[in-house]
Amino acid sequence: MGTAPASRDVTSYGMGLAAPLALFFLFFFVAPLLQLLWLSLHNDTAGLHWGLGQYLHFLTDPFSLSVLGSTLLLGAEVTAVCLVLGFPIAWLYQRVGPKLQTVIILIVLLPLLTSVVVRTFAWIVILGRQGIINATLQSLGVIDTPLKLLYTQFGVVIALAQVQMPLMTLPLITALGRIDPNLDDASCSLGAGSWRTFFKVVLPLSLPGVIAGCTLTYAAAITAFITQSLIGGGQMLFMPMYLYQQASTLQNWPFASAISIIFLLAVLAVVSVFTTLGRLSRGYGGA
Amino acid sequence: MAEAQGGRSLVVDAVTHRYPSGALAVENINLDVKGGEIIALLGPSGCGKTTLLRIIAGFIAQTQGRIIIGDDIVDALPPNRRAVGIVFQNYALFPHLSISENVGYGLAARGIDRATRQREAQRLLELVQLPAMAERLPRQLSGGQQQRVALARALAIKPSILLLDEPFAALDKNLRLDMQIEIKRLQRVSGITTLIVTHDQEEALSMADRVAVLGHGKLEQFGTPSDVYDRPQTLFVNTFVGSSNRMPGVVISADRTAAKVRLDAGAEIIARPAGGVLTEGGRVTVCIRPEHLQFVGDETGFAGVVGMSLPLGATVVHEVTTADGSGVKVSQARIGETRALESGAAVRLAPLAPSLANAFPATL
Ligand SMILES: Nc1ncnc2c1ncn2[C@@H]1O[C@H](COP(=O)(O)OP(=O)(O)OP(=O)(O)O)[C@@H](O)[C@H]1O
Ligand SMILES: [Mg+2]
Repeated sequence: MGTAPASRDVTSYGMGLAAPLALFFLFFFVAPLLQLLWLSLHNDTAGLHWGLGQYLHFLTDPFSLSVLGSTLLLGAEVTAVCLVLGFPIAWLYQRVGPKLQTVIILIVLLPLLTSVVVRTFAWIVILGRQGIINATLQSLGVIDTPLKLLYTQFGVVIALAQVQMPLMTLPLITALGRIDPNLDDASCSLGAGSWRTFFKVVLPLSLPGVIAGCTLTYAAAITAFITQSLIGGGQMLFMPMYLYQQASTLQNWPFASAISIIFLLAVLAVVSVFTTLGRLSRGYGGA
Repeated sequence: MAEAQGGRSLVVDAVTHRYPSGALAVENINLDVKGGEIIALLGPSGCGKTTLLRIIAGFIAQTQGRIIIGDDIVDALPPNRRAVGIVFQNYALFPHLSISENVGYGLAARGIDRATRQREAQRLLELVQLPAMAERLPRQLSGGQQQRVALARALAIKPSILLLDEPFAALDKNLRLDMQIEIKRLQRVSGITTLIVTHDQEEALSMADRVAVLGHGKLEQFGTPSDVYDRPQTLFVNTFVGSSNRMPGVVISADRTAAKVRLDAGAEIIARPAGGVLTEGGRVTVCIRPEHLQFVGDETGFAGVVGMSLPLGATVVHEVTTADGSGVKVSQARIGETRALESGAAVRLAPLAPSLANAFPATL
């Protein structure tokens, strides 16, 4: 791993160029984070007694743990839905003419061009008791009483999947585009059918994109406060809302801080699992 | 899947292909390749070589015509059932698989067990002289080594036809020669019918039993290397294969074997009517290779003025401007005191023999 010291000269730019951003991060990211950590290490709301009480409380409280668990599970479900739906779109994108490519990329990017709030309300209109889905199914006579779609796990997963879809599709499109199209032909001429080609060549080579997409989608899905709360309603509680309640409604800042730190660590753990997988698969996509 | 190793014949029967974009890539190509032959597809860039290769492999369905391998019309077969091995110009090795797995890929697709696969891969790697590389990844190999692996991978499925798309384009000159010899050796051993796409005429002439010259999507000539070089059937072949001086002239008299032509440069010569019947009084283009021109002392031949002389190792090439203002090149073997001529020297030139000047009807 030894790079010759001489090679540094060519590409060494003054570290000073990074200073503005570093300062920005220092004041608006590192400092609040440290303050959060400091707060979370107090046992009382007034912040007078030091201790790990808040963490102990969270880790021994079945309710808190279940909120954490269901949030992490929600992320996994959304990621899975995005992967299953996003992969074919990305695959298709690489195989159609330039006109259709423009259409596909527009459809993929469209969610990013409207506000999350607007999109979430659209889902309320679609999923509601008198919403589009129920109205259609009822008028077709498929169901008598409206299905409960809003305020369910299913509803939250579907809405979140739509909202986060670009984060999955874009890295996949990039990764698939980097695969030499001749590899498909080579595989085929060697006697492999299209499924074999997909599982032995296309999928392994797109793994870096899969992992990047999963990491982004997962991180975005579990922290999506607005969509989670609006579609999930009162019955479903996820970590962002939980910690908002503790901080804003109950004014229990030390506990809210501890929740944030634990949530942060949990997310970091999941993301680092993804990136480790990514590093292991680097032998594939690169070069 | 019939896969008798080697020896299956290949017929390209009136194949035409038009891409959806409207580009007519190949037009009415007919090739009749005997089992075990090496054929070179030679032509300039964009003339449809790769298209034809991809049609034979089954990646593209031709607009018209048939492909027949052995006794089977294979047009309805997808590429994975044609038993055609193909080596891509950029090798297209699977970057995530080891060399051994790359070579064994086709066998795995046929459901052959792991141990047999590895043994076979090792045998093939020895054949292409890379026995120690089995566990490496493709990017840990040099270009020439990757080339050999691609060849081994294609041979592993015991194809009845082997297609090579510009296999040597990325190699330097010495390695290229090695690989040409190597492929020729492997081909002799296995007897696989082989099609090599190239735009390098020396490669085509040295490696192939027969050469198919393509120009602008059409088959210009299909014959042995000496046919193509010495008895070109079209002006295109004459100028594309080897270098040639093109001298315009008028037919004075002609029969089927010889034509008397008055060159614009100012001489009457006898030429071989190469591209069909010549009519008296018609304009022609006469092609004479630089090595087939000689300096003459008497008043025969045509006059010219030496522009520049280039000593090129074994030969000396003289650039001569003729009376009608066009330039011709003359190549002389360098024997003894053959020396550069003075610039501006007046000389006279004539073809070595009538059969070495080819007359084609002028297209205009
Ligand atoms: N996918 C395609 N769609 C439309 N036209 C194409 C396509 N592929 C090739 N062509 C056109 O068909 C013609 C023949 O292309 P082809 O790739 O067969 O040439 P080639 O002889 O292999 O050239 P080269 O020596 O540069 O590889 C070219 O004019 C090219 O522009
Ligand atoms: Mg080509």
